[in-house]
Amino acid sequence: MVEILPLLKKLISISGLSGHETPIRELIEATWQPLVDELSVSRLGSLHALKRGCGEQPRRSLLVAAHMDAIGLMVTGIVDGFLRITQLGGLDPRVLPGQPVTIHGREDLPGLIVQPPAHLLPPSNQNGPVRLENLLVDTGLPPGEVSQRVRAGDLISFAQPPVEMPNELLVGNYLDNRASVVALTHALDELQSRQVAWDVWAVATTQEEVTLGGAMTSAFQLRPDLAIVIDVTWGSSPDSPSYRTFPIGKGPTLGYGPNIHPGLHQAFKELAERLEIPYKIEVMPRHSGTDAIGIQVTAEGIPTMVLGIPLRYMHTPVEMVSLKDIRRAGRLVAEFAASLSGQTMELLTWKD
Amino acid sequence: MTASKDQTIKTPTIGAAQLKLLKRLCQACAVSGDESEVRKIVLEQVRPHVDEVYTDALGNVLAVKHAQGEARLRVMLAAHMDEVGFMLIHDDQDGFYRFDIVGGIDPRQLPGKLVWIGREHIPGVIGVKPIHLTSDDELSRTIPLENLRIDTGGETTKVKAGDRATFATPFLRLGDCLRAKALDNRLGVATLIELLRLAPGNIELLAAFTVQEEVGLRGAQVAAYRLNPDLAFVLDCTPAYDLPAWDGSENAQYNTRLGGGPAIYLADSRTISDPRLVRFLVETAESAGIPYQIRQPGGGGTDAGAIHRQRAGVPSVSVSVPARYAHTAASIARLADWRQTLALVHAALQRLEPHILSQDR
Repeated sequence: MVEILPLLKKLISISGLSGHETPIRELIEATWQPLVDELSVSRLGSLHALKRGCGEQPRRSLLVAAHMDAIGLMVTGIVDGFLRITQLGGLDPRVLPGQPVTIHGREDLPGLIVQPPAHLLPPSNQNGPVRLENLLVDTGLPPGEVSQRVRAGDLISFAQPPVEMPNELLVGNYLDNRASVVALTHALDELQSRQVAWDVWAVATTQEEVTLGGAMTSAFQLRPDLAIVIDVTWGSSPDSPSYRTFPIGKGPTLGYGPNIHPGLHQAFKELAERLEIPYKIEVMPRHSGTDAIGIQVTAEGIPTMVLGIPLRYMHTPVEMVSLKDIRRAGRLVAEFAASLSGQTMELLTWKD
Repeated sequence: MTASKDQTIKTPTIGAAQLKLLKRLCQACAVSGDESEVRKIVLEQVRPHVDEVYTDALGNVLAVKHAQGEARLRVMLAAHMDEVGFMLIHDDQDGFYRFDIVGGIDPRQLPGKLVWIGREHIPGVIGVKPIHLTSDDELSRTIPLENLRIDTGGETTKVKAGDRATFATPFLRLGDCLRAKALDNRLGVATLIELLRLAPGNIELLAAFTVQEEVGLRGAQVAAYRLNPDLAFVLDCTPAYDLPAWDGSENAQYNTRLGGGPAIYLADSRTISDPRLVRFLVETAESAGIPYQIRQPGGGGTDAGAIHRQRAGVPSVSVSVPARYAHTAASIARLADWRQTLALVHAALQRLEPHILSQDR
């Protein structure tokens, strides 16, 4: 049995910025190794793990993707020992002043994002939020030492230590999307004791936050018959619109919209009802904002489903997630995988 | 508790023990008006080294180390124990709380931070909705305080309106760099504890660990009345604005610089330092070979603002350890500056004689 909380705390404490996922991939590889039959790494760095099915050849296959990359920052220059920065992935610069970070220089180095006093900022930026290009990172070290250890292009990760909250909630950075990696791990764990007819490919994808490049290429290489994407979705909070967000701790969301095959959506809904797993329907009118965008249109097209884990304060260093929702998402995936049979594809015929 | 043997060590040092104490002090929460957590540490630390110690009506810790011999100067040393922070003001249900700022904190420093609430340090989060749901117009504006909440993840039994909260920042040391919350003014508190351990016998040492500095120098005002000193030194932590200007031009308003040594105040918005004491500190630093810097005269203020106007007047001066990013989640200071501040004040106390007050101003 893989313990969810310690695993998640470990996973969010390891860096893996988009395009630079090696540290996190190695940790996931070690975690999945005892749970799967084969492991390999794709050309773009995604981790492919095969749990072989027991059905007859040619066996169908299910791909379950969770992206492992994360947003962050990059050094653009050094001025008097202070680092200038740019962003890697989408973030709100208003959360940055005062955040602890790790600078991945010659070796990892702690730093602090700081907002210079008004008189040192351009006249246009002395009031209101300080723009990203005017923020600095301070290591506290003398300028000479900084230039020996850091250079332009070095990556910067958030360094907010995880904090356990009541009601099985965890706060920390990079829960987007390590929460989903843990859900996928939980699914693999649940499948250990199950007979599964299909092959199951667990894939930790790269570069979701920027290009979706990992998911598209892995789907092409593995060419599954069906795909499930697990990603985090917007958790409700007092400052967010209730009609676009989902309560945390009340179950995963089942995506519905053009990225999602309606037959798969229906199958998950029925499954959740049967298992009495609470869920919410997440209507995605245009696209899902997940790896499903890429996977759905890979090769001749792949029927795809999106499962969402509600996450409060997404893309900040204080994201908040419910371990219950992670467990529920993992269980749904496992139960779905175990339910696959020779007839499954018939579910997906268009009922026009 | 047994008196510590290291009473015999009389040279000021900042070693592992002092760093450990600073860490404890910084990680304690003592928002103005609720200084209990720091007061406990102070009482525990100073009791073995002083002749008298008590907590006064406002919560100041006052400690006296008597002089050896007669007709000695009564020298007040003050360091405020309190820090800026938050107070929960309304229970919004489901574990969300509205809060207000205690002391001066830029609201731009609040979003996306963890906090510790109350004496049990219950964790809370000041969250922000996802960037995906934020318009460009919203991004161009500071999030107003009334739109922020402290989110306890549903905790409703251990937290209530009226509780104080601080930024939840672990103490970090990297080489000569110290990074922590509340370095303003736990550096002063730690320095004063050390000075009481090393108290020279030539003066009557009147230590005041004050409360409510950040909300109006309230503790210092009554402490100075009660201690009735001849003169006062205030130990604080002052901002260093020694960052580069956006366009590469010279930064002429740095206030102080890290690595420049203790910062001696000439004037701030509430105090004009006594010129005799400024001269005395400068002479002491120069004769002892201790680096020092003059804090650029300007705004800001310390407990000296209240102390120098107490009773018939108390000649006062402030000496601060410089630190960047005061009143934010994390400040950065240098160990060397702290060490030299302790050394300077210690050296100054040792050579203080009553005639200093009969000199020309």
